Amino acid sequence: MELLDNLALGFSTALLVQNVLYCFVGVLLGTAVGVLPGIGPTATVAMLLPITFGFEPVTALIMLAGIYYGAQYGGSTTAILINLPGESSAAVTALDGHQMARQGRAGAALAAAAIGSFVAGTAATVVLAVAAPPLARIALAFGPAEYFSLVLLGLIVSIALARGTALKALAMIALGVLLGTVGQDIYTGTPRFVFDRRELYGGIDFVSVAVGMFGVAEILRNLEDERTRTAIVSRVRNLWPTREDRRRIVGPILRGTGLGAALGVLPGGGHVLASFTSYAVEKRISKRRQEFGNGAIEGVAGPESANNAAAQTSFIPLLTLGLPAHPVMALMVGAFIVHGITPGPNVITDEPELFWGLIASMWIGNVLLVLLNLPLIGFWVRMLRIPYQVLFPMIILFAAIGTYSLGFNAYDVYAIVFFGILGYVLIKCGCEPAPLLLGFVLGPLLEENLRRALIISRGDASVFLTRPISAVLLALAAAALAVAVLPAIRRRREIVFAEDE
Amino acid sequence: MERRRSFPDVLAGGIFVLIGGAFVAGSLGYELGTPLRMGPGAFPLLVGAAVAALGLAIAVKGLVAGEVVSFGPIPWRAIALIVLAVLFFGLTVRGLGFVPASAVTALLTTLAGSRVRLLTAVAVAAGLTAAGTLVFVVGLQLRIPLWGPWLGF
Repeated sequence: MELLDNLALGFSTALLVQNVLYCFVGVLLGTAVGVLPGIGPTATVAMLLPITFGFEPVTALIMLAGIYYGAQYGGSTTAILINLPGESSAAVTALDGHQMARQGRAGAALAAAAIGSFVAGTAATVVLAVAAPPLARIALAFGPAEYFSLVLLGLIVSIALARGTALKALAMIALGVLLGTVGQDIYTGTPRFVFDRRELYGGIDFVSVAVGMFGVAEILRNLEDERTRTAIVSRVRNLWPTREDRRRIVGPILRGTGLGAALGVLPGGGHVLASFTSYAVEKRISKRRQEFGNGAIEGVAGPESANNAAAQTSFIPLLTLGLPAHPVMALMVGAFIVHGITPGPNVITDEPELFWGLIASMWIGNVLLVLLNLPLIGFWVRMLRIPYQVLFPMIILFAAIGTYSLGFNAYDVYAIVFFGILGYVLIKCGCEPAPLLLGFVLGPLLEENLRRALIISRGDASVFLTRPISAVLLALAAAALAVAVLPAIRRRREIVFAEDE
Repeated sequence: MERRRSFPDVLAGGIFVLIGGAFVAGSLGYELGTPLRMGPGAFPLLVGAAVAALGLAIAVKGLVAGEVVSFGPIPWRAIALIVLAVLFFGLTVRGLGFVPASAVTALLTTLAGSRVRLLTAVAVAAGLTAAGTLVFVVGLQLRIPLWGPWLGF
């Protein structure tokens, strides 16, 4: 069995002492930032990226991945206990999870989330291991035209990441693509929009954009209204769910895992979509529909499983196509490149240890998360008492130092200020930052493949429609755009979302 | 849905139009090329125009039937202090060295909180500077001098 051999190789890499250690550090940090409101995985990974430059590539990626899925997990803990989702995808969990906590069933809710996440994580790791190699083989047949269409599809799907109107999300994506053009042109070497500053020739550093938009802007938002958070947390006991609860969560977990694994593959924010969809599905098929919103355990187990499964399978586009599906993935692309590896279909054949090691580490990480979270729940709750007055200066200082240490370039630090202010104003106007960040990362790929495809086709733009894969991808992109923009469909979508809230 | 003018929508649209327009104007200064060999200016021109057009659409929609978003208060003091703190770090880290630059940055940022007393702020800043030095210089071997040339060492 080739798969078993591959997994054996993966586990032999992932179980090396330093890899287990950094996997642990990653999920620990991830849980911490997931629990703490005001700092998310994107800003954390951005700040820690420079630290990992000295590691072995596989160790660095294992740790960064751990932060990512650890944060999904930590976010649900705060969502349940204090109705404050630490991560956007945990917003659904808060609906029923917090109601359960208020009824004194916090233990059961946390356990349902943990069991769901673990089952989903395990299943999705297998999906990843089975699906990635054939997809990577298909991806090898991709030419520039297909890549262009795929990137375009990914960008349009990321509209789903945003809560505001589709129009604003589209504008944010395009703005991100535009900002990505700063720096030297790839084909001619002409410096673009650099104001004669040599420091800008390399372009705007992605870390500055991420730290500014997700770190500084978020802090400014929080400083608007400095009420102290009083966490009224009742003691959590009776972690083990009752027999009735166990019976009720089996279906939602399995359905959530399936949905999440499928939606996570979409480039561009599948995990938020997955948890919302799972909640809607559970509500629709449940016989106790009136319980939803008042503490239905299905409303915790389903979305949590979906969200965790999607977090795992969203590595598929990254590992097979080199396309990041989430801002954190975009940072991981940076980590790959720093270590001299181009993320894409060749990783699986050129760096099998890294590829399978990363996959195996996800399963280990999921085990570590369950071990970490259920016994240590009191510790995480206590962490919420760290005063924000200490937390936010720490984030700003470490962000400045971390960004500076990327290339000892003061312009990277100034860029944080610029993007912090821009992000703050735009967020205040109802524009979400995530699409901009994805546009910024994928923009250069879009331009490069557009120009390359046109050179190959001798300037004939119809190449995007005559090549079958590219045409299908473009059709999907057009359909996604239509769903997001057309008012009739959007109204129906609003109703679905309104039901959820 | 309630139809009303929405200031945030118009502002957001204006920002998009402004930035998109600036990039369009800038890209006209570069070679545009032909579809076969697109020059460095072609792609930014296209995307800049798209950003400006979307911005215009958002602004117009904001005037006619805007999204109801409450703008909320603006923490001017915090914004000014944080901007100053980060700029200070970028400007002086090379000259003053890691420790003084971090200390001033940490102090300025801590003061951005509204109900903070000076003594607490100094203590927090000192603690953060020590933590930053330990993590980045001692732990991660970052090559930034602790005390810079401006101080005469």
